[in-house]
This record gives sequence, structure tokens and C-alpha cells, in this order.
Amino acid sequence: MNAPTAKPNDYAAYPDANGRFGDYGGRYVPETLMPLVHELDAAYSAAKADPAFQAELSGLLTHYVGRPSPLYLAERLTAHFGGAKIYLKREELNHTGSHKINNCIGQILLARRMGKTRIIAETGAGQHGVASATVCAKYGLPCVVYMGAVDVERQKPNVFRMNLLGARVEAVTSGSATLKDAMNEALRDWVTNVHDTYYLIGTAAGMHPYPAMVRDFQSVIGRETKAQVLEAEGRLPDAVVACVGGGSNAIGMFHPFLNDESVKLIGVEAAGEGMETGRHAAAINGGRPGVLHGNMTYLLQDPEGQITEAHSISAGLDYPGIGPEHSWLHDVGRATYLTATDLESLEAFKLLAELEGILPAIESAHAIARLGDVARDVGKDGIVVLNLSGRGDKDVATVAAHLGMAI
Amino acid sequence: MTKARIDARFAALKAENRAAFVAYVMAGDPDYDRGLEILKGLPAAGADLIEVGFPFSDPMAEGPPIQRAAQRALASGMTLNKTLAMIAEFRKGDQTTPIILMGYANPLVNRGFAAFAQDAAAAGADGLIVVDIPPEEADPLADALDAEGLSLLLLSTPTSDDARLKVIARRTSGFAYYVSVAGVTGVKEADAATVAPHVARVRAAGGLPVCVGFGIKTPERAEAVARVADGVVVGSALVEEIAASLAMNETVTTRVLSKVESLAKAVRLARVASPTV
Ligand SMILES: Cc1ncc(COP(=O)(O)O)c(C=O)c1O
Repeated sequence: MNAPTAKPNDYAAYPDANGRFGDYGGRYVPETLMPLVHELDAAYSAAKADPAFQAELSGLLTHYVGRPSPLYLAERLTAHFGGAKIYLKREELNHTGSHKINNCIGQILLARRMGKTRIIAETGAGQHGVASATVCAKYGLPCVVYMGAVDVERQKPNVFRMNLLGARVEAVTSGSATLKDAMNEALRDWVTNVHDTYYLIGTAAGMHPYPAMVRDFQSVIGRETKAQVLEAEGRLPDAVVACVGGGSNAIGMFHPFLNDESVKLIGVEAAGEGMETGRHAAAINGGRPGVLHGNMTYLLQDPEGQITEAHSISAGLDYPGIGPEHSWLHDVGRATYLTATDLESLEAFKLLAELEGILPAIESAHAIARLGDVARDVGKDGIVVLNLSGRGDKDVATVAAHLGMAI
Repeated sequence: MTKARIDARFAALKAENRAAFVAYVMAGDPDYDRGLEILKGLPAAGADLIEVGFPFSDPMAEGPPIQRAAQRALASGMTLNKTLAMIAEFRKGDQTTPIILMGYANPLVNRGFAAFAQDAAAAGADGLIVVDIPPEEADPLADALDAEGLSLLLLSTPTSDDARLKVIARRTSGFAYYVSVAGVTGVKEADAATVAPHVARVRAAGGLPVCVGFGIKTPERAEAVARVADGVVVGSALVEEIAASLAMNETVTTRVLSKVESLAKAVRLARVASPTV
């Protein structure tokens, strides 16, 4: 897996039929799940090609989610950084407050098509849990959300929102009690309830077809952005920037631009307390390839191949892996992965609030933390689009605590 | 050479007309020394084959008992190298009891399949089960194990249809392992009557002896399943004995081995007592 990967002619043609992006991806799941994984793959392929499915999806994205989300020229932020013109793709204005709903709407339609009667999901920040609970409420399906006990504590408002939406939140205490453990428990539930249960994975990771499917559902972000920038500026942007947890908002932004090689694709991983401390969540910048949760990808692990705990102020980025397509885009050099620490992200959180009147999710704030560097690098005549993946209301308690204030 | 050890054991069991009792333990649970003591005691207590788990931080198909066993083993400093060292130590006193390693992909990916296969063969292991490597992903690992004469045992499950059972059989040697419940280890219980037709399907697909595991905890269940299968695997119930003896400050080895004795005895009696499935 360390052989240099050849540069492909068509970046958008992946994964292959086995779910591989180069060496990454695949289907590393117990045999009990394998027939279901094939069933899901077939069902998704059929749905993807079915105009009725696409029409229903598109109608819901318009009338339920509120798409297209605006592309907003952030003038004061642009002036502040003194570099390229900065546009924000306003995913935080979507129903439920983040990009997660784009994927949930797609997958709930698929689950219904497949005749599944029970939905399970994992969540970190709780945004995917809220989005899952939302679509389950809309379609009257029971929903169980697995959430690390640590995250239940730091994202209380979202736990309550999920409960209001009728979902059951299971606090997971095993391991580090964060997102990776929530995903383990969700997989254990799935393997136990194979016949009626649909696993609604919240990011572009896991076993094939999830990384490709979630990417497809999130690619509406990049498609809209492309059209909106062309409309506003008559040309493509020079760079797009997004934070990376599992990688769904980033790949959704990147994918429609993969073959536009003039557009730099920049992901920002969580550096936690600092890369040098080892307490971070940056799988590409601080990890090695391995197998976890059904796919081969960059992972935080010790020299024995045991997965190590991720550390980030942001529950949504606190995951030791990354979607396999990002691992591949990194290896082939099509995308660049930077990092931002907890403190830099808190500063960025305040900056956006003060300059633009927008509270970003602490996840999205990681991307904002690198935005100045990117904007100056691109230069004054350039255009940069930042994917504002979510809103920060859920994070005010965390931010207050770091500022030494009680609310 | 090593595949031969599994084949020889099943040939001997067939001659005795009885099913195998297969004991699962987690290497290094609760620590290296006591883990080795348990391992050494298993054959005399009635284990015909032994599955040795190597711990992984994120065991997605395990229920709480084996999750906790892995945590205990990791806390005691257990590694893949030490697991193989433990097997080499065991082999000094026992050249006939087959040992099957069982675990998850990442420690093996981390080591490299070829290097792992060489070291495992040198240590005296006979086969390998990797829970998160289904047939679709098995070829590179199976090739590496083949080169060292080690068996890969791909799992069959209640959700595997006959076509999949054939694919599984193609890259499985030694014996076939049937996971009797859809679920994680140590939670649901297997029922012999439900299991029987599946065992027949698995046997028909590959012609190998079929051992049943994942849902067997008591001597009564073990006895019932031993009437319909070629072997019975018990894991969670054994590691729970370790947890219980630690909690009560008892001698771990004695307690685990006496559980093994009662289960092995039940399996031995199964075909002598009247077959009421
Ligand atoms: C607002 C927001 N942005 C980003 C993420 C990270 O996920 P992903 O990398 O899949 O976009 C999350 C996850 O919870 C989130 O809530």
C-alpha cells in the first residue's frame, strides 16, 4: 500500500466495483453483514439510476432542507485576511443546522425503498444524530442513535433535540466513549438486527458503498457552489476549503471539482492540543493506513496496530479515521490536508461571529482557522470558497467554558 | 505441515465418533503468565482444539465479555508478538493440539500478511480467523497463509446463502466455522434444532468438519450442539469465568479449567447419550 499511486485520468470515476479508491476503501465487515452490504449496494445503484428517486430527493432538498444554500460573499472577512475574495457556502442554514441532513434525506429514502423498518445511526457532535432523528420523525420510523458518553455530556442540547424528535439516544461507555465507539456499537446493533435494520452512516466512511453513497448525497454542495460561483464571478474558484472529520462535507464540496485541476482542494483536520502533543484527530497528518469500521484508510494507531484515541474540542471531528476517498486524494496529491488546533478554532469561531455575524459550528471553525493562510496564498485576485458545514449554537457552552465563562 | 495438525485431530475425533470441544481464550487475559498457564492447561481439561484471540482495541463483532477480555489483555501489555511467543511456549509441551488464532484485520495489516504468516507458522499456530475479513477481501491474506501452510478459516453465518457458502469454502481449510447466531459474541443463545440444517448446508458446501460457535454457554447447549455438529466452540462463557474469578480474587486458572472440564465432558457424552435434538 505504500507504492506510489498513479495519477488517474478521471478522478471522479472512483471507487471501482469493489469499493476501492486506489488501495483504500473496501468492505472489511463480518460475514453476517456481507450479504446486507451487497443488498445495499444493489439497492443504491438502482435508486441512483432511477429518475423517480432523484426527483423525490430533489423535491425534498428544495422544500424540506431549504436548498440551494446561499453562497455568500464575506466582505469583512475578506478585508480582514487581505487576500483572495472569500465566499461562504452556507450549509449551516439548512434545516437542522448542518450539511448532515443532505445525506440523511437521501439515505432515508433508500431505507424506505428497501423496506427497512428500523433506523440506527452513530453521532459525534450530535448533528448527524439530529438529522437522522429528523428524517425518522418525518417518515415515522423508530430511530436509535449511538453516541459516546463523553459526547452526550459535551453536546447536551443536541441530545435533547434528538429526544424531542422521538429518537432513543444510547450513551456508549466502551473504549474512549466518543464517535469511534459509537460506530462500534452501531455496527454491533446492525450485526444483531440484520433483517429489519438500516444503518444510516453519517459520514463518507465505513464499508462500500457508504463512502461513495454519502459522497453522492453530499455532492449537491459542490454542484451548487460551482454554479453559484460561475454565476457570481464568471469563473471557477481558485480553492475550496472544508473541515474534515470523517470527510463528508469536504468530499461533498470537493467531488464536483475533482477534474477541475485549477481548483485547489483543501481539507482541514483537527490538530487538537497540537500535532506535536500527539493529542489530535488528524488521521492523514498524524496516522498511517490500516483497517477500521469496514474500510482501509489512514488511521490513528499505535505501533501494534491498536487504534488510538482521537482528541479534539470538536466532537464532530473527534474520530481516528477519515473517509477512504480522502486517503486516496491525499496519496495522489489531488487534495491537500492541513490542520488547525483547538485554540486556533476557538479564535476562528469568535472571528466569524464578530466580523460576519455568523456563529460557525466548532467543526467548521477548523476550516476558518486556515482560511487566512489559503486566502493570502491564493492572493488578491483570487477566489476561495469555504464550506460552512454547520452552525455553532450547539457549541456555545463549549466555547464559554474555554473562555472561562459559565452560561 | 500445520494444516496437517488440524486434519489429524479431526480424523482422530471421527475415529472416536465424537465432536470436538474447541476452547476460545484471549491471549494475555488477564496477563501473559496466567494466560500461558491457562493455555497449557486446556488440553488436559478437555480442549481438543484451541482458539487464541489476539486483542484489538475495536472488536466490532464482540459482545461485552470478549470486549472486556480484550481490554484486560491490552492493559496487561499484550501484543501480536507476545501472542505468538505464548504459542511457541505452549508448543514446547504440546505438538498435537491445533491452535487457531482469532482476531481483527488491523494488527495483521499493520504487521504485513507475509511477515505475520511466517512468524505464526514458526510459533506453531495452525490457522487464523479474522472476523472483519470476508471472502471479498480475503485473497491477499489467504495467499500469504497458504505460502506457510496455515489454514484460513472464513466464517459462515446464518445470513450466508448457499452461493456464499461455496465461495467461503473455496478459501477455507482445516475446518468450517459456523457462527450460529446473527449477532455479536456472547449475547444470543444458539438452539441446536435451528443450527442443525445450517450445519448440513455448510458441510455440503465444503466437505470440511463443521464447528459451531458464538452462542454456546452451558454444558446442556454444548451437548445438544455436539450431536449435530463436528465441534462446539465456547468463548464468552470461558472469559466470563476469568472476569468472575478476578472480581472474587480466586485463582483464575483453576476456575477457567474447571469450566472447560464441564463443557468438554458434556461434548464427549453427547453421542453416547440418546440423541434427542
Ligand atoms: C457541522 C459539522 N461539520 C463537520 C462535521 C464533520 O463531519 P464530516 O467530516 O463528515 O463532514 C460534523 C460532524 O458531526 C459537523 O457536525
